[in-house]
Amino acid sequence: MLSIRSVSKSFPGPRARTLLRDISLALEPGEFVAVVGESGIGKSTLLNLIAGLESPDSGAIELCGEKLGALGDDEATLLRRRHIGFVFQAFHLLPYLSVEKNVALPLVLNGVASAAIGPRVREMLGAVNLGDRATSLPAELSGGEMQRVAIARALVHRPSLVLADEPTGNLDPEAAAQVLALLRERIKADRAAGILVTHSRSAARTADRILVLSERGLSPAPAA
Amino acid sequence: MLSSAGVRASLALAPLAANKGRVAVSVFAIALGVALGYAVQLINQSAAAEFAQALRVLAGDADVVVHGPRAGIPEALYPRIAALPEVAVASPVIEVQARLPGQREALKLLGVDVFRAARLQPDIARAEGGEPLDFLREDRLFLSRAAAAWLGLTAGDELALAAGEGRLALRVAGILSASALRERVAVMDIAAVQSALRTGPVVTRIELRLREGADPAALSAALERVLPPGVFAEDPGQSVERNARLTRAYRVNLAVLALVALFTGALFVFSTQMLSVARRRVEIALLRALGVARGGILRQLLAEAALIGALGAAGGMALGHLAAAAFLQRYGADLGAGTFAGLPVTPHVDPVAVLVFALLGVAAAVGGAYAAARTAVRAQPARALRAGDEHEALRSLEAAWPGAACLAAGALLAFVPAIDGLPIAGYLSITLLLIGTLALMPRLARVAFALAPQRRAASWRLALEQLRFAPGRTGMSLAAIVASVSLMASMAIMVASFRHSLQDWLDTMLPAQLYVRGGEGAFLADEALRSQWTVPGVARIEFLRSEQILLDVAHPPVTLLARDLDAARIDRSLALVGESRLPAPGAPPPAWVSEAMVDLYGMRAGDVVALALRGRVAAFTVAGVWRDYARQHGAVVIERREYARLTGEERAGNASIWLEPGADPDAVAAQVRSRMPAHAEVELVRTERIRELTLGIFDRTFAVTYALEAVAVLIGLFSLSASFAGLALARRCEFGMLRHVGMTRRQIGAMLALEGFAVSALGLAAGLGLGGVLAVVLVHVVNRQSFHWSMEIHTPWPTLAAFALVMLPLASFAAWAGARRAAGYDAVRAVKESW
Repeated sequence: MLSIRSVSKSFPGPRARTLLRDISLALEPGEFVAVVGESGIGKSTLLNLIAGLESPDSGAIELCGEKLGALGDDEATLLRRRHIGFVFQAFHLLPYLSVEKNVALPLVLNGVASAAIGPRVREMLGAVNLGDRATSLPAELSGGEMQRVAIARALVHRPSLVLADEPTGNLDPEAAAQVLALLRERIKADRAAGILVTHSRSAARTADRILVLSERGLSPAPAA
Repeated sequence: MLSSAGVRASLALAPLAANKGRVAVSVFAIALGVALGYAVQLINQSAAAEFAQALRVLAGDADVVVHGPRAGIPEALYPRIAALPEVAVASPVIEVQARLPGQREALKLLGVDVFRAARLQPDIARAEGGEPLDFLREDRLFLSRAAAAWLGLTAGDELALAAGEGRLALRVAGILSASALRERVAVMDIAAVQSALRTGPVVTRIELRLREGADPAALSAALERVLPPGVFAEDPGQSVERNARLTRAYRVNLAVLALVALFTGALFVFSTQMLSVARRRVEIALLRALGVARGGILRQLLAEAALIGALGAAGGMALGHLAAAAFLQRYGADLGAGTFAGLPVTPHVDPVAVLVFALLGVAAAVGGAYAAARTAVRAQPARALRAGDEHEALRSLEAAWPGAACLAAGALLAFVPAIDGLPIAGYLSITLLLIGTLALMPRLARVAFALAPQRRAASWRLALEQLRFAPGRTGMSLAAIVASVSLMASMAIMVASFRHSLQDWLDTMLPAQLYVRGGEGAFLADEALRSQWTVPGVARIEFLRSEQILLDVAHPPVTLLARDLDAARIDRSLALVGESRLPAPGAPPPAWVSEAMVDLYGMRAGDVVALALRGRVAAFTVAGVWRDYARQHGAVVIERREYARLTGEERAGNASIWLEPGADPDAVAAQVRSRMPAHAEVELVRTERIRELTLGIFDRTFAVTYALEAVAVLIGLFSLSASFAGLALARRCEFGMLRHVGMTRRQIGAMLALEGFAVSALGLAAGLGLGGVLAVVLVHVVNRQSFHWSMEIHTPWPTLAAFALVMLPLASFAAWAGARRAAGYDAVRAVKESW
């Protein structure tokens, strides 16, 4: 479903640096992996490369049979719209949309018929235990609730891949545990693949396998 | 080296440095308003100072001036006044606007008794060239320096003046010193003027100096006994004040127009500061969390605005000074009115005015920023530090009561009469209606966008949701554009109403096909002309005599028009407002007064009024009121035969000639002219030419107004663009997230374009609607109270539609262009930034 082969990425400038060196990874539907590593090592950059938001210097990324390097900006956007769900550390909900409209956004962008949007959004909100907050605005929610809305938004259009970038970074331990459990549960339920980027070992332990990103590349974490 | 002061300076200046474009446009907006206001003030002040100085020079050391109607006061008064024990010197003066062959502008000609005049104004007898006896020769005159320069003449040259139907050949005896008379004027012997221009035994004024130790009150009492009706004695200072009133309404209106530009500039600062505060909400909350007090934040934000205001004021005053100098150079001290033609003027810099305009510029910027700063310091730091809270900064704009209160007060003020002859309440009404509407814009936006139809496209849905969610943002983005569009629309409606009414007025007032203008000092001889000019093609001829009479020393003179007319069908000769009712048999003869007479002197139809005609008081019955766009200080029309009966004066200054159907006006005009003496200096013009000239002057006058309004609209567009740029910057994270979830750049661009279009459409609709309301106040309150004439509302729909059609894409583009850069920001970086 996702195949990354020998990808490298560096950033030019007066203090040029190479973040990713010869990275390879393969992911199957229903698989949930965690990527851990030091701050600034390139974890988020890896997610951006997978999402087609940045281009690798070398190597190839293939998602759902599409080679990202061959896609233009609009095509990459359409691929992302159809096949990827994002969960961010800072939630990034639109403040002017209610909870249900935030969740409905990917369906609207994918051109899903209006009649089908309502039931699917309600189903997702029920799944993340926010059925009673459908008409609330993001500003009225707690951090944990906002991240649950973000998870619902990331999964509502049944993407093939969910990319979660430090989704618990802004949450207390209890809320973080709930959100991670929910994320894993929904990914498994929808047979999606998931990549969790974190530098929290405990968060990483909710994944099926843990990969460590270092200057040497991506490698399985040593057994604890 | 790192220091506390350095950190503080960075905190204060970094936001300005980071937004150079916004700051530059804010400074420009303030500068423009200050420049216009300061230029108008400089022009007014310089003109007033020169005007007063010129009058003082003219009056010399006179303590009292006796004067009356423009046609003059009986010369016989002079020896009686001169003989009063309180009078040391009495100097008679006759003043005539003499027409010059081949020149449109007349030359002011003063006839003086040089020996007496020199005792009040010694410089008048000192001239370059000529000899004292030349002052007594009837074919000699002296020119002021300004007049000599204007005419290109020097001592010894010849100068011809129009006199009656002929011309008078004179020789320039000498050039008066600059200290004698500053304006464009010629001086000759009083008797020579009376004889050459056949004025009869009249003088225009008698200048008096009191005997040392004489009691001014005693002189006043003595003069009261001597002076006939319509003749007044006054301090020369009063004359300065009365003359200043001549152009006061025009000057005040110009000043208000300049303040409008400053107001738009303040709105621009308001919009940009409000957005700046919204963008910096987290930064401000952080400073608060770190321990900076509310007062400190408020001071910092207001100091930023004050710096913008100070820079704008400095630039504006420099610009204003240059503009005023150029204007005065071009139009002179009387602003082109011709009262003090040729008076050389340079801008008089008044430190108080400089200070006032510097403060006005700063106040406009600080005032504009105050609401934003107050909102920022009121925010709860903990809440403001949370993501997605920017719109909270603008929530305070959504309260309805301040706007509703302003509208109500504005509506009430429209009914308040003029204060000291000026429409102060009318201007306040317009200001409050404007502020009220701006304050209600968030509410209007909420209602308008709630009614907008929903579409399937994601761009449309998101644009609409964003607009519905944050009407405060919309209201704030629109402030300057609504203000400028409404003022532009109101001016367009007012000018169209005025022009339309003026055209109707010209149709009524100029029913004949040809007009003959003799003017002052060139009176058309008498009724004999009627038969002389009745050539084939002429149906009938009517004569008109015009003169200035003074009804009240506090007001400028009133024009008395003695016309040949059919009193029973007066509606064919005058643009009546209401009906004309002829007086009952035995009642005083009829007079028709202009609307200014109603406003300034309280005259009403049916009143019996007393008019002083050549020293005699005559009673008239006000038979009706008419609209007069030519004389804002008042005019009275009476029958010419009545005037002749009362004064014995048969001559007229103007004539109108009706043609037989099918007659060729040019051929008839040529024939009439052939019956005039060879050198007759009278103007013979076709009605179309007068209409063309009048409307040409009208259009030129309002061209300046349109230019000022166009500048205000430009500032409005800048403001809209800057607002959208600021909003888009504040929404960068949103755009980044939308790119992550699969929105293309084009879709985001379309969303912003739709927002720009919707906001612009609302702004235009609100601006045009408000413009209609303001136009009603301008037409029925401000104009009426300023110039004392009414007009019918005429909405120029095609012009407004064309304006809207141009403005809508322009404003939408301005909004989209402002936001485009932020929308193109790197999506990856955007989501990393604090939201």
